[in-house]
Amino acid sequence: MNTMTTTTPETATTVLDASGVTMRFGGLTAVRNVDLTVKAGEIVGLIGPNGAGKTTFFNCLTGLYVPTEGKVRYKGTVLPPKPHLVTQAGIARTFQNIRLFANMTVLENVLVGRHTRTKEGLWSALLRGPGFKKAEAASHERAMELLEFIGLQDKADHLARNLPYGDQRKLEIARALASDPGLLLLDEPTAGMNPQETRVTEELIFAIRDMGIAVLVIEHDMRFIFNLCDRVACLVQGEKLVEGTPGEVQADERVVAAYLGTPFEGDPGADEVAEVEAAEAQSATRTTRTEGETQ
Amino acid sequence: MTTKTHQTTPVLAIPATVARAATAAGAALTLGSTFLAWTWTAKFPGDLTVTGYPGGLQVLTLVGAALTLLFTLSGYGIKGLRWLTPGGTNSPVRLAALGLLGTMGFTVGAISVELGGVVNLEPGAWIGLVGAIIAFVASLGLPHDQDITDTATPSPLEKFLNSLRAPAPGRPKELPSWAEILIIVAAFGIGLFVVTYGIDTAYPELFVGYLLITGFAVTALFKAGLMARLSAITTKYRSIAVAAAFVAAAVFPFTQSTDQYTLIAVNILIFATVALGLNIVVGLAGLLDLGYVAFLGVGAYTAALVSGTSASAFGVQFPFWASVLLGAAVSLIFGVVIGAPTLRLRGDYLAIVTLGFGEIFRIAVGNLDGVSGPRVTNGPNGVPNIPDLNFFGYDFGESHTILGFELGAYANYYMLMLLAMILVVLVFSRAGSSRIGRAWVAIREDETAATAMGINGFRVKLIAFALGATLAGIAGTVQAHVQSTVVPEMYVFAGPVPPNSAFLLAAVILGGMGTISGPLIGAALLYMIPAKLQFLSDYQLLGFGLALILLMRFRPEGLIANRRAKLEYHETGQLDVPDETLAGTTSGTTKAGA
Repeated sequence: MNTMTTTTPETATTVLDASGVTMRFGGLTAVRNVDLTVKAGEIVGLIGPNGAGKTTFFNCLTGLYVPTEGKVRYKGTVLPPKPHLVTQAGIARTFQNIRLFANMTVLENVLVGRHTRTKEGLWSALLRGPGFKKAEAASHERAMELLEFIGLQDKADHLARNLPYGDQRKLEIARALASDPGLLLLDEPTAGMNPQETRVTEELIFAIRDMGIAVLVIEHDMRFIFNLCDRVACLVQGEKLVEGTPGEVQADERVVAAYLGTPFEGDPGADEVAEVEAAEAQSATRTTRTEGETQ
Repeated sequence: MTTKTHQTTPVLAIPATVARAATAAGAALTLGSTFLAWTWTAKFPGDLTVTGYPGGLQVLTLVGAALTLLFTLSGYGIKGLRWLTPGGTNSPVRLAALGLLGTMGFTVGAISVELGGVVNLEPGAWIGLVGAIIAFVASLGLPHDQDITDTATPSPLEKFLNSLRAPAPGRPKELPSWAEILIIVAAFGIGLFVVTYGIDTAYPELFVGYLLITGFAVTALFKAGLMARLSAITTKYRSIAVAAAFVAAAVFPFTQSTDQYTLIAVNILIFATVALGLNIVVGLAGLLDLGYVAFLGVGAYTAALVSGTSASAFGVQFPFWASVLLGAAVSLIFGVVIGAPTLRLRGDYLAIVTLGFGEIFRIAVGNLDGVSGPRVTNGPNGVPNIPDLNFFGYDFGESHTILGFELGAYANYYMLMLLAMILVVLVFSRAGSSRIGRAWVAIREDETAATAMGINGFRVKLIAFALGATLAGIAGTVQAHVQSTVVPEMYVFAGPVPPNSAFLLAAVILGGMGTISGPLIGAALLYMIPAKLQFLSDYQLLGFGLALILLMRFRPEGLIANRRAKLEYHETGQLDVPDETLAGTTSGTTKAGA
């Protein structure tokens, strides 16, 4: 894999800086002392087996959970522990299981994403001054731009629930982009997609990176993640096992072990094999004996 | 279950030409019979004894027969009548014929029961009944309007319901704009006439017939695609349509000679206004408020206490504008006080708290009588003798003659209440289609996702809740002056007389959540049915419950569906994928919290 896209720390500014993030639920430590930085213009992947704490870590970043320990900084400022304030600060996210506003239209979904970037409250909605109309028109224009970006401009009036699965995933990304984020968190953006759709999503994420938005992505599709990311971190049982370029992570034995298990040393399971063989032999003799009796 | 697309085989195997001719003949027969005497005595209300002059239920039957005949003739493709059926052609015939049969059958039944036996029926009634039966049975032989996919062996009921399906109308022919505006005016004129007729029905039999015929006729118009055409035109000329609706509403008192029915109309307006306010809270923001009527009470009591009545503990008299503002402000404060602690929670807590608040309000007001507590509200006796309003010498308590029409006291309040309703409609539509309205709907749809999109859930919900409370408070200030007395028992959770919290919620759900016209129609029906059919009073709540269950089964989106609900509950051409692929959106909940 290409290792050349790794950004040099001197030129890139740090967008996200999570240090020592720990999340405990009672006695269970779902995320333990994870450090992660994302720099401007970077696509960072987060991988790990099921239950490794990837989504919990995401939730800690976006304020849905308040981390038990540790700090999350966005462009140098510590993030407030409220999801809507995190979004306002400039971090937008999508969800692992799609959470669109199913009974709103495609356009309305994206317009809701504009919420933090517009100010019009109840009074201006009721009085409908020129400022309100200008802001609504601007929001519509921006939302349509985003729909064109993901290629759903012709379905703007459809209900979100009626979109095909792949379009729903794309719409969720557009909705997140509507808040003009500096960092986009994608939670399994290609889950359930076929190879073609995955490739389209890949292109989409590159295009988002080219818009100057840093991306942090959780994914299980290794080919996808190693093609896409500049840097990959692997979480195992809540701890960060390894972080580095896709090549480094791919080659790391511990990562392979975390997914596939450790190979046995020496003669694996010789005792067990012997035991099983003995038991089989014993049951075979018993069967022949019972067969003999019936005859 | 195996499904296949059926050819349009009619419910009854009659040749289509015969069926159409028989339907037309049956409808014509009934139409003619309405000019004959149906009974021998004028004891049956409406006097159906006169030959050559239809009265009461005969007029309604006449309307039903005429409609059936028109739709049938339109099915023949007669020039000049084709415009009647841009959508379905035969399903409206079936519905109109069913409505005709219902009205005719009801009339015959009512005459027989009330006068004691079928001997009281004159031949005219029999002719009418036979005609209606022929029309309906023959209409079942007309072909379906739409090919349908359904189970291989549909039951007779399924078959009948399938035969009522109709396609949406195609693209209409371009009309000059003056003609379209004329159509709007005519439609609202007819609407005003129909509503006025309903409010003015003098006896229960006529009202039942009215409900039957309007219910079926309106459904038939929907199936024929005329309503879709009309709504396309009204969307095009939105402001003209809204203005026409309010002009039509304002004309109502001029059609009345006495105050009797204007009072009903005022009460419907109060009920509808409050229901519309509740629709912001329930329909848009999705907050279940079971004690909404308490905010109406807060507004009414506030206005009553500063109205200058001798029964008030304060003995002050505020001008009306001040008491409206005060009532709105006090309701707002109560809304915030109730909402602030509970809206941080999710789920059903709000419903429980609001239910409690509704009862606390009623009981507290009942106890502030100088015995159990400080004397503020006179307890169960309430605040009587609230004086009539007086705007610059225009006394609301007296009759005035305007444009040669005598307008009674309630007509004044009707106009005032209409203004309040315009305010609420304006607030609803403007707030609903704005940033804040979208935030409300987003919160209703998925609160976690909404907060992740940067919406401050608590703040937005509190705004909806407080806005709803304020609007109810404003309606309450007018209500206090209309009723001239406020007592705690007017503000109960559930009772026989609307508005109460249960009926308000029912009006919203019956009419259609998230729409403007839905709660208005729901409130009108829920007020008129108990008011007109007083003999039902003992069974009223039973019937009400049954109606809600049937509604939830057959039309979960309410009578008037908003665009979203229509797409949500019914398949439309828009669905791009079968339902199976959508299942992933709801079932893939593997990680908590996200």
